[in-house]
Amino acid sequence: MTRRVDLLIVGAGPAGMSAAVAARQYGLDVLVVDEQPVPGGQIWRNIEAVCGTPREKILGKAYSEGLWTVRRFRASGAAYEPATQVWQIEPGPRVLMTRDKIASSVEAGAVLLATGAQERPAPFPGWTLPGVMTVGAAQIVIKTAGQIPDEPVWIAGSGPLPLLYAVQLLKAGGRIAGYLDTTQKGRWMSALPRFATAAAGAPLDMLKGILWLATLRRRVRYISNVSEIEAIGDNAMERLRYVTASGKSETVYARLLLVHEGLVPTIHPTLALGCTHQWNSDQDSYAADLDCWGETSQNGVFVAGDGAGIGGAKAACLRGEIAATGIALKAGVIDDQQAARLARPLRARLARALSARPFLDSLYRPRRSIFVPSDETVACRCEEVNVAGVRAEAARAGRPGPNQIKAFTRAGMGPCQGRQCNYTVANILADAEGRETPDVGLYRVRPPFKPLTLRELATLDSRDAG
Amino acid sequence: MTMSKTDVVVIGGGLHGLSAALHLARAGKAVSILERSWVGRHASGATAAGVRTLNRHLAEVPISLEAMDMWHNIESIVGDHCGFHAHGQINVAEFESHLPVLQKRVSTMQAAGYDHEELIDRDELLRLVPTISPHVTAALIARGDGAADPHRTIAAFRRAAEAAGVAIIEGARVTAIERDRGDDWTIRTEVGTYAAPVVINVAGAWAADIAAMAGDDIPLGHKASMMIVTERIAPLLKPVVSVVGRPLSFKQSDQGTLVIGGGLQGKADIPAQKSFVDFNELAKGARAATDLFPCVGPLRIVRSWAGMEAKTEDYLPVIGVSPNVDGIYHVFGFSGHGFQLVPVVGAIMADLIVRGSTGRKIEAFAPSRLMEQRHVA
Amino acid sequence: MFKKIHDPSPNSVTVHVDGMPVCAEPGENAATVLLRQAELWVRTTPVSEKRRAPYCMMGVCFDCLALVDGALVQTCLAPVRDGMTIERQLGRRSVAS
Repeated sequence: MTRRVDLLIVGAGPAGMSAAVAARQYGLDVLVVDEQPVPGGQIWRNIEAVCGTPREKILGKAYSEGLWTVRRFRASGAAYEPATQVWQIEPGPRVLMTRDKIASSVEAGAVLLATGAQERPAPFPGWTLPGVMTVGAAQIVIKTAGQIPDEPVWIAGSGPLPLLYAVQLLKAGGRIAGYLDTTQKGRWMSALPRFATAAAGAPLDMLKGILWLATLRRRVRYISNVSEIEAIGDNAMERLRYVTASGKSETVYARLLLVHEGLVPTIHPTLALGCTHQWNSDQDSYAADLDCWGETSQNGVFVAGDGAGIGGAKAACLRGEIAATGIALKAGVIDDQQAARLARPLRARLARALSARPFLDSLYRPRRSIFVPSDETVACRCEEVNVAGVRAEAARAGRPGPNQIKAFTRAGMGPCQGRQCNYTVANILADAEGRETPDVGLYRVRPPFKPLTLRELATLDSRDAG
Repeated sequence: MTMSKTDVVVIGGGLHGLSAALHLARAGKAVSILERSWVGRHASGATAAGVRTLNRHLAEVPISLEAMDMWHNIESIVGDHCGFHAHGQINVAEFESHLPVLQKRVSTMQAAGYDHEELIDRDELLRLVPTISPHVTAALIARGDGAADPHRTIAAFRRAAEAAGVAIIEGARVTAIERDRGDDWTIRTEVGTYAAPVVINVAGAWAADIAAMAGDDIPLGHKASMMIVTERIAPLLKPVVSVVGRPLSFKQSDQGTLVIGGGLQGKADIPAQKSFVDFNELAKGARAATDLFPCVGPLRIVRSWAGMEAKTEDYLPVIGVSPNVDGIYHVFGFSGHGFQLVPVVGAIMADLIVRGSTGRKIEAFAPSRLMEQRHVA
Repeated sequence: MFKKIHDPSPNSVTVHVDGMPVCAEPGENAATVLLRQAELWVRTTPVSEKRRAPYCMMGVCFDCLALVDGALVQTCLAPVRDGMTIERQLGRRSVAS
């Protein structure tokens, strides 16, 4: 049976929940589906269970604040179906999903993709070894399981998240063997002209960041200007080698290394749907082309939250509310003037919420080896294709694109469907062929874009046609 | 823009274009392939790569059997084994009621003097495919059949063609085909102009457009056959299995993925070169796969797609010279079963173009049959 | 490699990791349970049979694939249940019975 709703929201993080609350206020019939078992997204993951426990203090105020949004979402009257995987979106829009091993479809007046971000794939030699994880992953482990590393851990990366996690880890009684700051030398100078705007727009956030940095520099071994890292080991990571910009190299005992080089918007669903995308040169990533309400080039399909461009939880909530307003306008619930009037304060707050972004993007711009790693580095984790393998094919006549590289090498053909190698392959090709990365393009995304078993597909009712 | 002069221009860099170019180059012709996007972009890269004589139309059997011999020697032709394995193709009768279909086929083939298709009972079927559901009753088998690796095959034909001197121009969309004052055709593309006395139209789903540019009106339908690829698993089966009365073709690749097709149709926007998977249709294939191989139910689908190809009214390919205009040859409309014919059709084109005739049986594939039908209608 | 920062919850459940009974808490997932085991790995790859462990914990990387109640799933998206079986997957899985 195909169900019908006014608005289907994919993702119950800050953007999805805020949009649901707003859309309910506009009187729309809303269904929210999410792959997690509880609402909150990644940033506020498991918040209902964690609030009121000692873990809440460890995770900090920005985490606790999410409870208010989750409670409003729970009370909004939006239908909520957790543990649901959306694996295809068709023009219409019609959304195909699986829950409890049963596939079904929903036709919606509008679809809002609030599918957030992923950590930027940051390949380096040894990054597939057990013992290497992302900082985001380690933070999710605190949120969902109250777990921290049981021995001193190395953290390597750049951006607010590793600073925040390191501070949280110290609060939780964890130990840090060393903090390798991979922020490039000279980035502070480049970012400085944007500091004033950031400090004026988000003074508390900026202050928080400075305090985290000060805490870390005081309490742990802090190494700046790290330009290269390598995880070494056979069945698991045993040692960590790092090199600084000054050429100093050291190899240390390390069994757990947490890495982070920023976030990139989730684009798999919009790529699969054939939406047009735009290259964001400040964030070195793509995002779907959006109009002022967050609507993509596909009629009735909207994007809000970090999927629209990395902006953090506050911006995500506001983008969710703006999208809900645009969807209400499209549904004819409000008129143009009402929509413009309702959106005006939201847009002003959004601008404020994004005011630190240009500074952060400039400061934490990843080093070049993140984009074009050394030859021996694994580019595609799933099919185990290294950078040299991609380069060898890139040397062919006719400037092959990512889809040809995929056919030649199998890079991108594994279970993650290119989520961890799409940018890497594009960057290697651009480098080898003397092109700009956005000119090279990305893999075509083949459906289903989330896991679906043969048995689950077999349950999709043939009378379910849209 | 400069004009490049050559003996033969091949329009379309799919496998049939590569094979024709390869055979012509080896016969001494200077050949250029004009490919709109890149080699193997559409049907050749989207195929399940079944190498099948089983259940072919009688008109195709002679060239299909010759192609089969060529596949068994494919390494000597293109310098690579193309991932070809001859583990047989099997058409399964699930129920007693399907048995007459197989029996009729066997007697038809025997009457025509062919013995490569053979009826096997349930025990033999279960011996060959131990993981198939035991509810099956019997099957038809062509033991010499099998499957290849499509990307490997494309790469091998491309390498062999280039080694034989073929020029492959990618990103060269043909915009016009014009007759010169002399004997040459002028072929205009977005990246250059080419001249040759002979043009082969191997443009797959877009072949009718190319034919029309040269002055031939050939009605052509299209297919958008869908395919499923699963996660990699340990060896499950060796032959390629299809089923009477259901949309299923089921095989395991060298990498361990299951490749599930069977002619289920997605949707295509041919002018825009875009195709779309229809999951309600594809669910039928998933049901057929899990009915015949219940153990595959929990396997994850890693990707699916719909490939675009030309389809003729009689599901037979168009292979031959234009009845209207000199020097234009058509090779398209394989209607979803052209992969196996790749090596032999290239040889046929070399016959026709170099010698002016072929000893191979291709009468049923004459372009004129579709054009005449149109006039009658 | 990971440890809990709080005392075990009174309403814990039992899951089986490669046949061994292990305590788990409602709300966590199979991947966080695997991260607490003595050896940090959840599978060997189908390509080269090298060991892998959870990497992203948010459903993106597919490195945390393991057999949960007989199905090869992303363990970071599999909430624990009492009696759940979690098995490390070695190379390509076999589905032939």
